[in-house]
Amino acid sequence: MSFINVLSREINCKIVYYGPGLCGKTTNLQYIYNKTNPDAKGKMISLATETERTLFFDFLPLALGEIRGFKTRFHLYTVPGQVFYDASRKLILKGVDGVVFVADSQIARTEANLESLENLRTNLAEQAYSLDKLPYVVQYNKRDMPNVAPVEELRALLNPNGVPDFEAVASTGVGVFETLKAVAKLVLTEVKRQAG
Amino acid sequence: MTNPQMVMYEEEFTQIQAIVTRLVKEANARVVFVIDKNGQEIAKAGEVEQLDTTSLASLTAGNIAATGGMAKLLRENEFTTQFHEGERANIHIQIVGNRVILVVIFDSKTSLGLVRLRVKKASEELNSIFEALLTKVSDPNREAPFAEITDDDIDNLFND
Repeated sequence: MSFINVLSREINCKIVYYGPGLCGKTTNLQYIYNKTNPDAKGKMISLATETERTLFFDFLPLALGEIRGFKTRFHLYTVPGQVFYDASRKLILKGVDGVVFVADSQIARTEANLESLENLRTNLAEQAYSLDKLPYVVQYNKRDMPNVAPVEELRALLNPNGVPDFEAVASTGVGVFETLKAVAKLVLTEVKRQAG
Repeated sequence: MTNPQMVMYEEEFTQIQAIVTRLVKEANARVVFVIDKNGQEIAKAGEVEQLDTTSLASLTAGNIAATGGMAKLLRENEFTTQFHEGERANIHIQIVGNRVILVVIFDSKTSLGLVRLRVKKASEELNSIFEALLTKVSDPNREAPFAEITDDDIDNLFND
């Protein structure tokens, strides 16, 4: 749920990075954090286990500039990818304005990608959201790994509706900002559509 | 379905800010802030310059969401109040009208009893403001603050 403050002319939106365990959701946020001007970002928070697996969420507040005097602020969240943290994932999706599905391109993770995408649809539906109506983009991450599935194959499996999608290597930053910009743009367009 | 927007107008913001500022004084608190359940900061007062309120807001919302999840498992509607006691700082968290969260950070200069008492009164006032705001936001003839923005404006933000 976007939040517009008329007095301070700010618009705040929530974007959630979703995907199977170890697909690189946190790595996306870390790259964004490392490459963003200190004025434009707040502290990145990671609620992780001792082995650096996401336990609850990562959070990164980010300012993307002004539109006609409106400061645009995005709150980026990741969910814990591991299957048994489903209760936490549901909580983080509350009030979401846009979703990035981070897929792991490795052939061995095909099943995990599909399971996570199905889980995303189910959890959104529980809150009466539909992935088909929400600002949504897909990222095919880990393109630098051996044994990755061809993008066409991933697209056919994970993106049958043809939403904007991007190849990425989050650890080196390839595709990270392209993905973020695409979802942010869709979110702002939706906010404008609702306001109009 | 579409995701409803929350719009904060000047009139309500001023009222909320006044309550928050007064609560700092009346409860003898260090910091008071109001956030929505998604972790967006709405208003704050007190010694806020030393605090990362953005992070606190997000973590508080996460905390409330997790506690709400626990409540559901116990077939409770919600746990409306939380209190965390530290060595120097304490946090009192109150859900207001199932909609927003009122957070009070205080130290040994005051007492939990006084904080609770003042929070109760402030919650009632905040609740009626947010109810009025909700009616205003759902009015189809309302002022739409983001409507004058064009697709080109949005494109321009991403052309660098």
